[in-house]
Amino acid sequence: MSLNAYLTLAALVFAIGLFGVLTRRNAIGILLGIELMLNAVNINLVAFARFHGDLRGLVFTLFTIAITVAEVAVGLAIVIVIFRVRRTVEADRLDLLRG
Amino acid sequence: MPTAVPHGVGLDPAATNMALLVVLLPFVAFVLLAVVVPLRRRGQAAGAVSIAAIAVAFLAALFSWFVWKGDAHVQTWAWIPADEGPTATVGVLLDPLSNAMLVLVTLVSLLVQIYSLAYLRDERAPSLGRYYTYQSLFAFSMLGLVLSPSFIQMFVFWELVGLCSYLLIGYWYERPSAARAAVKAFWITKLGDLGFVIGIVMLWAATGTFEFHALFALAQEHALAIEGLGTIMLLIYLGAVGKSAQFPLHVWLPDAMEGPAPVSALIHAATMVTAGVFMVTRAQPLFVLVPDVLVLIGWVGAFTALLAATLACVESDIKRVLAYSTVSQLGYMMAAVGAGAPDAGFLHLLTHGLFKALLFLGAGAVIHAVGTNDIFRMGGLFRAMPQTGVVFIVGTLALAGLPPLAGFFSKEAVLAGVWDSGMTWPFLMLALTVLLTAFYMFRVVFLTFFGRVPATGHPHEPSWTMRGPLWVLAALTVLVGIRLAAGSVGGRHGPGWLAPLSVAAALGGIALAWAAYQRGAVDPGRLAATFPLSVIDVLARRRYGLDGLYAGLYRGFILGLSRLIGWIDRYLVDGVLNFVSALTLRGGDLLRRIQSGHAQDYVYGVAFGVLLLLVWSQWWAR
Repeated sequence: MSLNAYLTLAALVFAIGLFGVLTRRNAIGILLGIELMLNAVNINLVAFARFHGDLRGLVFTLFTIAITVAEVAVGLAIVIVIFRVRRTVEADRLDLLRG
Repeated sequence: MPTAVPHGVGLDPAATNMALLVVLLPFVAFVLLAVVVPLRRRGQAAGAVSIAAIAVAFLAALFSWFVWKGDAHVQTWAWIPADEGPTATVGVLLDPLSNAMLVLVTLVSLLVQIYSLAYLRDERAPSLGRYYTYQSLFAFSMLGLVLSPSFIQMFVFWELVGLCSYLLIGYWYERPSAARAAVKAFWITKLGDLGFVIGIVMLWAATGTFEFHALFALAQEHALAIEGLGTIMLLIYLGAVGKSAQFPLHVWLPDAMEGPAPVSALIHAATMVTAGVFMVTRAQPLFVLVPDVLVLIGWVGAFTALLAATLACVESDIKRVLAYSTVSQLGYMMAAVGAGAPDAGFLHLLTHGLFKALLFLGAGAVIHAVGTNDIFRMGGLFRAMPQTGVVFIVGTLALAGLPPLAGFFSKEAVLAGVWDSGMTWPFLMLALTVLLTAFYMFRVVFLTFFGRVPATGHPHEPSWTMRGPLWVLAALTVLVGIRLAAGSVGGRHGPGWLAPLSVAAALGGIALAWAAYQRGAVDPGRLAATFPLSVIDVLARRRYGLDGLYAGLYRGFILGLSRLIGWIDRYLVDGVLNFVSALTLRGGDLLRRIQSGHAQDYVYGVAFGVLLLLVWSQWWAR
């Protein structure tokens, strides 16, 4: 398998994640999309580490995973709080900052 | 630091310090009254402070007159310092000219301020305090003006006396006519002052100095052959035209009679209006370099004298008659100065200061007693107030120019000076004015003090506070006349036929007034209707259309210009601002819609932007 195959996979996953972020109505779905985009980055990092024989990429990946977990925890907490206040997590109806 | 003393002038610290004392005393009184509000609001006490200051100043001026009558002393301090000597200085210049003015100004100020205590007795106390504050400021400004050793200092005080004139004309500011008259006086004199300041600055640009002595030294060494000196001196003369109410800027002075009578006596007869004559006399060494301007001054002066005299003949307000007579006498002074006889003009200035102040104060006493200014509603007052009548007639005789009163000799000197200079037409105008002067003044005397007694009013002799100054001025008018008759003070005598001619003209005027207004032998109305007089009568009653012309110019030109500028401000300047602000508002309104509040829309924007950047970096940026 060449590096390009990994990168293509990562690009696909990133695009799917971005699509999810842009189109999902549900806030939890948007969070999932973000997860996909971050994991596409992880695939890139791991692939480059493997093909360049550089361990720093793996270390970065571990960091990314850890931070992603934290991000999801915070994100879900925000979603829960929003649900408590607004009784909805539909992204279209969360437009308090409209100009 | 005192600066260097010019050549030919002494520096006696005692003399200049005495002059400083004279000028600073009223200033101290002014500051005291201006700052210490409770004192000012007490009225009579404020008057006492002001009178005390001017009384001491008068004594100092008198002392200075007797000790340093003949010599000149100057002391200056740097005002605007510069590397090569100060650009402008302040100081005092005490010479016979300013010394005589010091005595006149302090004397008339003192008498007027005492007189005012009674004349303005019914004013509210704070108003009276305000009056005395202005009076002190005026005394300070006028004394500073006459002591000025340089054009620039003279200009500063020149403007200060103009301000005091404005404030005092508008003393009864709740009267619309007084407020209007104050503004009119201010505007018209400012018109002349504009020329004055431009002339001073042009002279400074050409010579590099404001100092009289430096300029006179240059003039003596024939080093003043500057291009355009004629224009410069004409502009400087313009200042005197405004201040001394010369044709065509004389229209403000009659309106200035809206102020209290003592103010008219002090400012608009004896002192401030003569500042123009004083200035031209002071700058005489410069004016003689431009004979054309001098001739113009002489012609304008003589014409002003005649014009104002005809105006005085048809006026029925006693104070306005006196105001036109002041304009006329100022014309005499200016004519003498223009004819190269400034000593005669200055002598007339001094004597006129005495008897015109007397006449105004007398008129004030009459107005105070009968409560009207209209001479046709007075009559027979001599029986009710004989003392006022006597002093008023003394002043009138002096103004008409009958010996041995002061006015005769100074008027004689003026006429002789004009005749000697060969200005025949101005001389004839002035000689005719002698007749008219006697006529209009005795018209006032006969209508006011004699003739039919009107039914209304209970006229009475005024209190001693008012009568005292009147008697002092009347006595001085007689004494100065006798002293002049003794020939102890230099004067001009002219050809032998001059004195009989002018006395005959004056007696003719008196006889005409007697025949017309006392005896009833001549009907004044029918006299005015005969041909050559009728034209003048009609024109004079319309004030030769000059007031109307100025009002029209003011309305048409200045108000028109204001309206134009107002339109530009409202529609062009404000228009641009309103357009810019509307544009900003509209733009903001449009841009606002981008902020939808949906986080996903923003992500779209970011993703689309990144995509654009990618495409740009791949295809265009190479």
